[in-house]
Amino acid sequence: MVLLGPQRAAPDVGRVVRELVGDAPVALVTAGWQEWEEDDAWLKGEVGSGAFNLGLYARAQRVAEVDRELTAAHRELQSRIRELRRTYNLRLAPAMKAWIDLSALAGTPEVVGPELADALAVVRSLDRHHAGRLQELRSAYYQRFDPHNRPSIAQQRDELRRALEAVAAVVVEGGHVPALVNRLRMFGVGELLAGKVVVACSGGAMALSPRIVLFHDSPPWGPGHAEMGDVGLCLYSGVLVFPDGSRRLRLEDPGRVARLALRFGPEPCVVLDPGTRLDFDGAWRSPGSVRLTEAGTMAQWRGAA
Amino acid sequence: MKWVPDAEAPDAPPAPPDVTGLAVEGLVRGQPATEDIDAFLASHDVPVVEGARVTFLFRGRADQVHLRHWVYGLPSASPLHRIQGTDLWYDVLELPEGSRVEYKLEVINGRDVQWIQDPLNQRTAHDPFGANSVCHGAGYEVPEWTQPDPAAREGTLEDRVFHSSALGGSRRVTIYRPARFRETRRYPLLLVHDGGDYLRFSGLKTVLDNLIHRLEVPGLIAALMHPPDRMEQYRASEAHGHYLTEELVPQLESELPLIGRPEGRCLMGASLGAVASLATAVKTPGFYGRLLLQSGSFAFSDIGSHRRGPVFDPIADFVNRYRRQPTRVAEKVFVSCGIYESLIYENRSLVPLLQQTGMEVRFVEARDGHNWENWRDRLREGLSWLFPGPLWLVYE
Repeated sequence: MVLLGPQRAAPDVGRVVRELVGDAPVALVTAGWQEWEEDDAWLKGEVGSGAFNLGLYARAQRVAEVDRELTAAHRELQSRIRELRRTYNLRLAPAMKAWIDLSALAGTPEVVGPELADALAVVRSLDRHHAGRLQELRSAYYQRFDPHNRPSIAQQRDELRRALEAVAAVVVEGGHVPALVNRLRMFGVGELLAGKVVVACSGGAMALSPRIVLFHDSPPWGPGHAEMGDVGLCLYSGVLVFPDGSRRLRLEDPGRVARLALRFGPEPCVVLDPGTRLDFDGAWRSPGSVRLTEAGTMAQWRGAA
Repeated sequence: MKWVPDAEAPDAPPAPPDVTGLAVEGLVRGQPATEDIDAFLASHDVPVVEGARVTFLFRGRADQVHLRHWVYGLPSASPLHRIQGTDLWYDVLELPEGSRVEYKLEVINGRDVQWIQDPLNQRTAHDPFGANSVCHGAGYEVPEWTQPDPAAREGTLEDRVFHSSALGGSRRVTIYRPARFRETRRYPLLLVHDGGDYLRFSGLKTVLDNLIHRLEVPGLIAALMHPPDRMEQYRASEAHGHYLTEELVPQLESELPLIGRPEGRCLMGASLGAVASLATAVKTPGFYGRLLLQSGSFAFSDIGSHRRGPVFDPIADFVNRYRRQPTRVAEKVFVSCGIYESLIYENRSLVPLLQQTGMEVRFVEARDGHNWENWRDRLREGLSWLFPGPLWLVYE
């Protein structure tokens, strides 16, 4: 497993793939690009024109056309997830405000300290609760509809299994992360990747992780509190990546940096900028990435067991 | 005893402004030679902004010079003072941080009175009536998302003509499609009153291209309207509402890949266009889920008179009715207004009425006036709040 930063501006995915598997066949996942999934000429130019796009977004569209019952159920699930996100954000905003306000309070440490710690615990608990609720909703859907064994999807899965048998590596590109995760889940792609070299870029790296944290420190309105977005495919653990973090985060703001590290630690919160590379082969190795620290600074991160 | 309001008090010659500590102080207190003035003007941007104090300058022969600005609450004409023995005139205005003010200079020579753009200031803003000079107060910066971004893919504009039975004739509508438009997607629809003016004076196409590129709003389709007679069509007219809801929107939704539900329909407009937006939504509650109302001319006369002339009577009738019985007409309403425009009173009055109906309302005030660049500068917050883009969800 290799995690890379965003590719559009300074692609390095081709070099990494060739280093790992030479000229062996490669499959692409660009479902995060949604309707533009097939606009993959530049990516094939990087990894080799023989690369095969798994076309997960288009496959999901075909499933939607033939399996109306599943499509309706999936839409209902998505609607509930959006509703749950609204409720989570309604609770997150005051919890974050309390934590931030307490952080700024110049009070007696013995008095304020435990309150501050508890305010953080409330936020972390809310994040865990939200992740749990998402899993509950999804489990209910999977139990009721058993999508992987429905003919509409089983047929696509067989095709995907055969396609993946022929490749040595799979590149998972970023894009719209929920759309990407949905398609990966819909076809059970996680299981099909066993034994393959996986190179996941930007949002692709988020999709394969245990926790998908959505973040942007400078939105057009609102405080820009990071959100527990979802549970990912759990194909790796031990690190939480922030793609394009130097652009999306206000790394010059120690308070914001510290809050991210405290809230989402103890896993190292690593900035996945263009050119960043994290390798996992039982342990994480990185030639020189940076992580957010609880002190609000940036520190070199070279990997961890 | 008869009370005499200030405005009717006999004119006293205004005292020159205090220039202590300002860059112009040396010129005002000294007896500058022509070369001193040349050197000063060559080394300073005019108006000279020093914190909250702004020095306006004019150089030339004149009997009188006035600063004509559109800051409601201040006298609309402020005299400039000539520095003795020179042809340099000055005035100092206090402007709070973040202010943006449009103005002209009134130059009087005998019976000749001319309103001109400030010859010492290259910064101008345009509107349907011409152009004004612009003063950027301390802390105001032109938002970078309003300027062309080479990285942003461009959407397209297509002129269409729609026949309207309600309005009795044809109407030109410009359709904006986002970059990378796909027939297979479903897009929100933004109906823009005075669309041509938004394009010309607020850079709406550039703004949409940029906000969509930055994922701050989703790809959307905009229908930009060009009314031949906005003073008639936009004054809470029944026919206009019928045209939009019964004719234009159904036709657009049958021809374009639009969401076609209330949450995907937004009425937008400034000044009279805001009135037309709200009036149309009131006629068909729930049909439009989003409203973007900028500096609406929401005149009312249920307390006193609206003092805006008979042309505003139909608007006041509509607003009076809405004030008597406010109704929930949409899900989310974004309202913006400049605090330097007289309409701030009407807009502030409207906001609690909208809120009490249960609609989600976001109200933003700006230190600006009734002009197209004020409306431009609020578009990012308004559009991204009404139609949040996938900024949080996309990591390419």
